[in-house]
Amino acid sequence: MYVLRRLPSLIATLLAVSILTFLMTSLLPGDPALQILGAENATPEAIAAVRAELSLDDPLPVRYLHWIGDALTGDFGRSYRTNEPVSQAIVERLPVTAEIGLLAIVIALAIAIPVGMLSAYRAGTRTDKVISSTSFGLLAVPNFMVAILLILIFAVWLGVLPATGWVNFTDNPVQNLRSALLPALSLAIAEMAVYTRLLRTDMIATLQQDFVTMARVKGVSNRRILFRHALRPSSFSLLTVAGVQVGAIIGGSVVIETLFAVPGVGRLLLEAVLVRDLLMVQGVALVIAVSYVVVNFTVDILYSYLDPRISHGRSAARV
Amino acid sequence: MTASQKEGRANEPLLEVDDLRTYFDTPRGIVKAVDGVSLRVDRGKTLGIVGESGSGKTVLSRSIMNLLPKANTIREGSVRFEGRELTTMKNKEMRTIWGAEMAMVLQDPMTSLNPVTKIGEQITESLGIHLNEKGKVAKAHAVELLKSVGIPAAERRLGEYPHQLSGGMRQRVTIAIALACSPKLLVADEPTTALDVTVQRQILDLLESQQTQRNMGLIIITHDLGVVAGRADEIAVMYAGRVVERAPTRELFARNRHPYTEGLLRSIPRLHQPSHSRLQAIPGRPPDLVDPPAGCPFAPRCNYAQDKCLTETPVLAPHAAGHEAACHFPVGTTAGQEALARNVAAGRTAAGTPLDSTVLATAGAA
Ligand SMILES: Nc1ncnc2c1ncn2[C@@H]1O[C@H](COP(=O)(O)OP(=O)(O)OP(=O)(O)O)[C@@H](O)[C@H]1O
Ligand code: SF4
Ligand SMILES: [Mg+2]
Repeated sequence: MYVLRRLPSLIATLLAVSILTFLMTSLLPGDPALQILGAENATPEAIAAVRAELSLDDPLPVRYLHWIGDALTGDFGRSYRTNEPVSQAIVERLPVTAEIGLLAIVIALAIAIPVGMLSAYRAGTRTDKVISSTSFGLLAVPNFMVAILLILIFAVWLGVLPATGWVNFTDNPVQNLRSALLPALSLAIAEMAVYTRLLRTDMIATLQQDFVTMARVKGVSNRRILFRHALRPSSFSLLTVAGVQVGAIIGGSVVIETLFAVPGVGRLLLEAVLVRDLLMVQGVALVIAVSYVVVNFTVDILYSYLDPRISHGRSAARV
Repeated sequence: MTASQKEGRANEPLLEVDDLRTYFDTPRGIVKAVDGVSLRVDRGKTLGIVGESGSGKTVLSRSIMNLLPKANTIREGSVRFEGRELTTMKNKEMRTIWGAEMAMVLQDPMTSLNPVTKIGEQITESLGIHLNEKGKVAKAHAVELLKSVGIPAAERRLGEYPHQLSGGMRQRVTIAIALACSPKLLVADEPTTALDVTVQRQILDLLESQQTQRNMGLIIITHDLGVVAGRADEIAVMYAGRVVERAPTRELFARNRHPYTEGLLRSIPRLHQPSHSRLQAIPGRPPDLVDPPAGCPFAPRCNYAQDKCLTETPVLAPHAAGHEAACHFPVGTTAGQEALARNVAAGRTAAGTPLDSTVLATAGAA
């Protein structure tokens, strides 16, 4: 099966990602022990004690093995600031980021697919030009600007959505959705522009393919040609890029969650980095990196459903 | 419809193309891809359209089928299908004709099937649209169609994707799709060019047998005269967007009149063996279709070219029943022989092209 065939490479990627995460967070400048103690308590003995407790003086490979071994059992250590287990913080915060990110992707795709198709179908016309220049415009606006604009419009002027704050889904699903909407929209706008451009390009190419001409001479309606014949073969790179763009969404969530005062992992990571909460940074970074890899693995699997040439194990290069 | 009306329709040609022009407005200028083509196809007859790459065969076929995009395309002339004018028809109306009455097979079966849709669905689609067949009925019909085009294990094929089939099998599938609703006219644009020699023959035989069984009009487009030699009732030779010679097949092979046709005939290695190679035999390249120079478009490559050819564009003139050629100095006529002799004597044509040694040798022997 295709999933099983891909499994070894997934494991290798995860391993590499965990090593990189560990190295990058360990090599952050500054001594974590000094941070933990604060300038006034940092006597040489105290520093030595903290370093010993965190095993900071062991060689890097040994530290990595300890850390990843614990992490595999779900133990990422404790935040030195709040003494809260890192894993607990992540379990609380991750669903918030996931919800906002997922909502952003759904909104972006829901708008980009019909708009991109329309743009391709009407390629070269005014409709297409308006759509294209709008997408380029939206791409150029940074997401915090979008966020501020959305807050201004929907929270301040119209007063229909909350500007900041978060309500858990289990507490109140409707309020939860309302609190997720503006952050998700802020992340969705740029994604939407990217997806629209991409689908437009691929769709234009697909519409020039012989099999589309064949569908036309079968007497198939334009609508059916677009949705049944052209959409699927045009969506390969859209899917791939949507997977890769999850990284952009995670990156964007650091800013957006802070702006909207939403308790997600993006904000958690930012706060942890600012106070050099080493174990928290390492734990959160690992979880984010792993999520990213898993999302793209899933995309890879979905891809094989979208394109039967892959799952049947024959080369697609011939076509 | 009354009996006399029915008869009237049966008597008129299936397809009548009259002075069809198809130009593209491009940044380089107006590309005259099809420049005044007239053709006729009767029920149950095969027309071969032959010409080298870039002569406008594909544009002609798509123009006839009303498949070209409207933007930047200039189209004049008329295409009548059973008396109905197609050039002014809207797509909505065309959709009742496409698939149901006119169908098409394209050059490359690798690209003319949807790579992500099962074969079965690609066949039953038009059955649903035109014959309102759904579910089991459509499926049974699809199996029957696949069997009729010689695909073994037809039932199993329905669930397969195009990439699981060989090139020849795929072309059989596209033919099955084209034949699904028993069209009256089938246009095959280089149906065998992408296939290897043995498969080419099978596909051509298949087209021929289906055409006879269904009393269908068939247009076979090819760059290879050998492909249509034993199969077409009539052949039209295209050069630079125009028909330069048109004749019943036998007549064309026995008494060709146009120097370009002569070149094409020379380039067939053996008559009844479809050749695989592209036409290379005629030296030189076809003219630019943007702003073609005055005179005969073939002049720079023609061994017969005289001064008149550089200034006056020849038009189709009759030579025998159903045989027309557009040439001032036709092959096999006194005028033609004298023109060639003059050029042989001069060692070059009026267009300044040196005559190559083979021509000098053949001319000397004659
Ligand atoms: N959409 C278009 N816009 C501009 N020029 C075009 C367009 N389509 C075709 N042409 C030009 O029209 C000419 C005829 O092309 P066409 O594809 O009909 O040739 P062909 O005889 O089918 O050749 P081949 O044997 O290579 O298939 C070519 O010069 C081509 O560049
Ligand atoms: S003889 Fe003159 S008119 Fe005839 S094909 Fe040659 S160039 Fe054209
Ligand atoms: Mg062609």
